[in-house]
Amino acid sequence: MQKITREQLIEKASALLADGTVKQVLGWAKGEFDYDITPAVFESAEELNANFVWSDFCGANFSKYLVSKTRKCDGKILVFLKPCDTYSFNQLLTEHRFDREKVYAVGIPCEGMADIAKIKEICADGIASIDCEGDALKVHTLYDDEPVCVPAADVLAERCVNCKSKKHVAYDELLGEEGEVLDSARFDEVAKLEAMTPDERFAFWQGELSRCIRCNACRNVCPACTCEKCVFDNPNSGVENKSPANSFEEKMFHIIRAFHVAGRCTDCGECSRVCPQHIPLHLLNRKFIKDIDNFYGEYQAGAEEGSRAPLVDYTTEDIEPGEVFDRRDTDA
Amino acid sequence: MRKCSLDTINHVFAEIAAGSALYLPADGTDGKAVYTRWQEGVEWSRALNTVRSPKDFFFPQTENLMEFKTSGKNIEIIDTRDEGEDFVIFGVRACDVKSFDILDRVFLKEPIDSYYASKREHGIIISVACSRPSETCFCKTFGINPAEPAGDISVWQSENELFWQANTEKGEAVLNRLTSVTEEADDSAVVAEKEKIGKIMDKLPLAGLKTDAFGAGKTMDLFESPYWDSLSEACLGCGTCTFVCPTCQCYDIKDFDTGSGVVRFRCWDSCMYSDFTRMSAGQPRLTQRERFRQRFMHKLVYYPENNDGMFSCVGCGRCLAKCPISMNIVKVMKTIGGKEHE
Repeated sequence: MQKITREQLIEKASALLADGTVKQVLGWAKGEFDYDITPAVFESAEELNANFVWSDFCGANFSKYLVSKTRKCDGKILVFLKPCDTYSFNQLLTEHRFDREKVYAVGIPCEGMADIAKIKEICADGIASIDCEGDALKVHTLYDDEPVCVPAADVLAERCVNCKSKKHVAYDELLGEEGEVLDSARFDEVAKLEAMTPDERFAFWQGELSRCIRCNACRNVCPACTCEKCVFDNPNSGVENKSPANSFEEKMFHIIRAFHVAGRCTDCGECSRVCPQHIPLHLLNRKFIKDIDNFYGEYQAGAEEGSRAPLVDYTTEDIEPGEVFDRRDTDA
Repeated sequence: MRKCSLDTINHVFAEIAAGSALYLPADGTDGKAVYTRWQEGVEWSRALNTVRSPKDFFFPQTENLMEFKTSGKNIEIIDTRDEGEDFVIFGVRACDVKSFDILDRVFLKEPIDSYYASKREHGIIISVACSRPSETCFCKTFGINPAEPAGDISVWQSENELFWQANTEKGEAVLNRLTSVTEEADDSAVVAEKEKIGKIMDKLPLAGLKTDAFGAGKTMDLFESPYWDSLSEACLGCGTCTFVCPTCQCYDIKDFDTGSGVVRFRCWDSCMYSDFTRMSAGQPRLTQRERFRQRFMHKLVYYPENNDGMFSCVGCGRCLAKCPISMNIVKVMKTIGGKEHE
């Protein structure tokens, strides 16, 4: 259950629209059901009152939309940012991907988002409605007379179970209380993969990535993937493919992408959220983050606007490539 | 009509698999149903439907069409097609069975796509009625009844029995092989099951979705609708909706340089992609708004225009469940079609 209410957000957005501070509002619009929420642009209090939603299903990170929306809008855009979204926001600013002057950022606290797939594992299909009440979700189904009561903690999205920060690192205005950077267990799964033998690890990724349908949802939602033209969409690149020509293709795509966002990925988790095949793509990125922390000292992409990532910031203290190789069996 | 008990279903599968390859939905490594070749130990999934549709069997995501070998100034063309063998797909839902009719109208029209035709000829479809439709189901909108699934054989499930009815000669031949593992049955349990499904269908949240605003001849009414802007606003331009869709049939043909020759393959394409139908003059649909519009106009207007009014959506609900931003054909129909569609 979120601590800040939909009404508070609508009130804030309506006031900023009314006094001319902003021209548009990037927010979540209600869907057919309680969980299928769509990012949308709102331009009036009427639109907000009719369709704006704030609930446990507002996982979408709006930071990347600012790249295209700020180019199209001739005024300021209000964007609501959850703590994890603010890291993507900063990272995009560091990379000069949108004009900060055209954005009014409102930080909002987040108690974690629910994963509908986890709810469907418990309640099966046929969800009529979901009420968020306190620490539980009341799920009404088409097949049960009584609602199924699910503790919110049991259906939290993976990225929220391992939330890295409740602190907003960028905003013009903050609603509600500020949180802290958390000591998360997000690298535990990576450590498990590292403990595997190379053959086991290969089998693990082969199993996961063989489900890939190359829909590119992970790339297109990723706030670190903002190339105007992706190499995989360039017919002259020699690697452009719409679908895996063979089982090596998917691995190549995902590993190249993980390399490309290394040091820039804030671990927002959007890639795994949107994957229609439930591939734990965030684990590839977290492996890079863990290694960078290990080899160059702790670094959180997006924590500070303008910071230079270790991989693009040469210092004489940098680890020698040979040492990275030598330590592969102990730290890797 | 024949019946078998749910407890002995694996005996039936074994009998089918003894004659030809059998594929059915089984829970994969991520716990989600995926069509899997049946062998001892594979359990039929209780999931309503698979993430990927069964169109893969006839129109695979990637398919090698031919190979070329060059030596000097000579080029040799190698036909890589094999004759193929009969295979059985069990557990196809009514919506997905209907999707094959939609694909047939594209691939089996002159000039016939021989790659697709060969697989269709060899494929035997055993459908299963939906005992537990989901909130995302809206097949009824397109005239599909999940209590009356088509296919070579239709199967209904009661609490602990399965009832089998052959609809075609191909289906009859398969059912005749199952006499030792099934027994003769009357249709009373099936009638009860159909009635039960009918009641659930009326309760589904999307039961009232209508198609009146769409269909052949509606191009000029809908093409410039002001709603395309807001509907496509958040579209990521990924291919999820097209790739999980049982009726999306667009493909691209590409050459792959193997170093010693060339493999010509086709792969699913998506109208959502920036290089879809790219020509020497560029991509005809410059923004995501136009690409987005293309997908829905194709399903709801252009396809019916060319196919006696038949829509190319079967209401399976996969795009509702999988779109990363939860934009989908139902939201498009309700918005573009106006209030009376809600």
